[in-house]
Amino acid sequence: MCDGASGLPLSGLRVLDFAQFLAGPVAAMRLSDLGAEVIKIERPQGGDLCRSMVVNDQVLEGDSLVFHTFNRGKKSVAADLKDLADLAAVKRLIKTADVLIHNFRPGVMERIGLGYQTVKELNPRLVYGGVSGYGTEGPWVKKPGQDLLVQSLSGIAWLNGDASDGPVPTGFAMLDVATAGNLVQGILACLLRRGTTGQGGLVEVDLMTTAVDLTFEQFTCFLNDQNRPPRRHDVGNANPYQPAPYGIYKTADGYMAFAMTPLTVVADLLNTPEIAQFGQDHAFSHLNEIKAIIAKVFVTEPTQHWLGILEPAGVWCAPVLNWVEFVESEGFKAANLVQTLKSESGAEALTTKCPIRIDGQAPSATAVAPTLGRDTQSVFAEVAPQQEA
Amino acid sequence: MTLPLEGVLVVDFSQFLAGPYASLRLQDLGARVIKVENPNQGDLCRRLYLSETMIDGDSTLFHAINRGKESIALDLKSQQGRAQAQQLASQAHVVIQNFRPGIIQRLGLGYDAVRALNPSVVYGSVSGYGHDGPWTDLPGQDLLAQARSGIMWLSGNQNAGPVPVGLPLADLLAGATLAQGVLAGLYKQATRKQGTLVETSLLECIVDAQFELLTTYLNNGNTMPEREAEGSAHAYLAAPYGLYQTSRGALALAMTPLDTLAEALPLPALAAFAVKPQSAFSQRAEIRDLISAHLMTQTAAHWEERLTARRIWCARVLAWPELLDSATFKALDMTSDIGASSESRRLLMKSPLRVDGQRAPAQAQGPALNADCAKITQEFLN
Repeated sequence: MCDGASGLPLSGLRVLDFAQFLAGPVAAMRLSDLGAEVIKIERPQGGDLCRSMVVNDQVLEGDSLVFHTFNRGKKSVAADLKDLADLAAVKRLIKTADVLIHNFRPGVMERIGLGYQTVKELNPRLVYGGVSGYGTEGPWVKKPGQDLLVQSLSGIAWLNGDASDGPVPTGFAMLDVATAGNLVQGILACLLRRGTTGQGGLVEVDLMTTAVDLTFEQFTCFLNDQNRPPRRHDVGNANPYQPAPYGIYKTADGYMAFAMTPLTVVADLLNTPEIAQFGQDHAFSHLNEIKAIIAKVFVTEPTQHWLGILEPAGVWCAPVLNWVEFVESEGFKAANLVQTLKSESGAEALTTKCPIRIDGQAPSATAVAPTLGRDTQSVFAEVAPQQEA
Repeated sequence: MTLPLEGVLVVDFSQFLAGPYASLRLQDLGARVIKVENPNQGDLCRRLYLSETMIDGDSTLFHAINRGKESIALDLKSQQGRAQAQQLASQAHVVIQNFRPGIIQRLGLGYDAVRALNPSVVYGSVSGYGHDGPWTDLPGQDLLAQARSGIMWLSGNQNAGPVPVGLPLADLLAGATLAQGVLAGLYKQATRKQGTLVETSLLECIVDAQFELLTTYLNNGNTMPEREAEGSAHAYLAAPYGLYQTSRGALALAMTPLDTLAEALPLPALAAFAVKPQSAFSQRAEIRDLISAHLMTQTAAHWEERLTARRIWCARVLAWPELLDSATFKALDMTSDIGASSESRRLLMKSPLRVDGQRAPAQAQGPALNADCAKITQEFLN
């Protein structure tokens, strides 16, 4: 981007972020990465709950480091939405905004007086994005929309791990991240439509629908296959629906990943003719037997030995790295995935970058997240009512 | 309902998952997607089977990702095929490709070539590992990107080996991320008549998915996260976060203050750990054992009801048949039946987002290879 931040696609747009925790704020951050101005609206007492959710003792400028990772570069306005003066100021601010994001449970924004129908009257061009746990209907609506709980309810915990394991959740907030992505898509699409119709729109996403969408390939198989539940592989499961050899294997000194490969090729390269005898048609139905044969072979030599045989043959395989090895790898360094945040007082923290490159460059952000209410005065001053003469 | 992207034309040269998932998302939002495939076999995904389920000769997987798109077969190695591809690209709002770095340029369809024909094009490109460094030529496949990214050490229990996410997470996030970038580019196209090159990769997206944990690691002196011995669900979060076995079924417990949980269960011994806030993390194994023994005395359904009534964040762990039976799943209205009759029930998934209160329907299965050749030729290639 030779023309600086103003060349970012969303420069000039204003986003009000009423959300806290993860999915909503992550969506707002992505819009900020793409050039929009993002103003967090927080309650005066403590603000976003995530400020005080300190993980692994990591703190930056008095707030949890995790908070900074997805609120970097935003502004913060502290407003008590139950206070009439504050609410009036927030409503004036809404008139100047292009996008509003919230993740209150269904009904809460309506009670505050900031439901979609009300806000649409204030600003017909506004794109209104709502994140919930389970949509707006059904018996789970009041359940907390939290990542682990939705992973548990959506069947995802039965896709990870091996056949003899209990349910194995994914060990990070995958649904929050993916839900944020869906919200961003809907908001951007409505901004585009606004260009032709002049009207804003309502975008709704939820963690449960996102969970189902993330499994859409497997779930579609399940739905069209007499609802037979997925069966995880006996060992090295990486996707219950993939045939042998797909999965993870132990080697003499570590682990490696082995992706889709025709059985004749596997048999040839590993010198195991018995695998070829199964025939490609049985790669799924006999996957555990085939994988057991491969496992016995891989464990006899170090990972590098097998990569030396498989990679030149064009077979899809990779060593399994941990973060120490990953961060030190040439591949990680070349991909340039990390940026440094700097606070006004000079404190620094490393964090990951926006995963989208625009015209060859990842938008970079060096600003930390705002302290609670840092921008209240300047933002509200901008929308203050004209004084009577 | 006017779908937001009505009138937007996407020409999609990509195959497998990440690229086609991006164009599926654009299509659900109203765009028209033309899939350009090689005449021999088309998208390799047509024959990539998950389990052994098939719809009309192509894998179920293919239909899940390519439902409702149009297909034209063009041989990009022939002069004529290339010229036609350029003709299509010159009329598109969006071009998507996922060839390995360098190949699309050799085919005369790289960003610079397309931009010369179509200056305001939004050009979306997804690769395995970006275009710099020693990994760029490696196969950009989901499991392999997961293997390299450290993500396999975040799920599962302490004594387990690496545990991959059991669905193609890197591919799906890369597709969704590409869709976001393309939409931002379309906004710039509409407001400033300028084109944009949007690029992402499986590696960037799988790192982005770990941002919360990885940022902690990068700033804590590179102390590796430790998975718990049992029920591990997040390596850096304090007790009681995780899964617990009960007398029937498993129960997930999310962030909960220990004193609240002690009272709700009730389990007075737990309150001792609530005195020092740090102990919820430093002594999480002991705390887990204590809770675990208590939860084993009743079923997951019992605990879910009891704890939910006391506003504690918990859920029973369900399998897909149970999810399907739930009233919530029915209310979400996530499936479309595209079968011709009740005997030929064909269920496909719908878009994960609702615009103006409505979820876009899944209108059709994936196209047969070259199904729309005549129509596309007449419309764009004369």
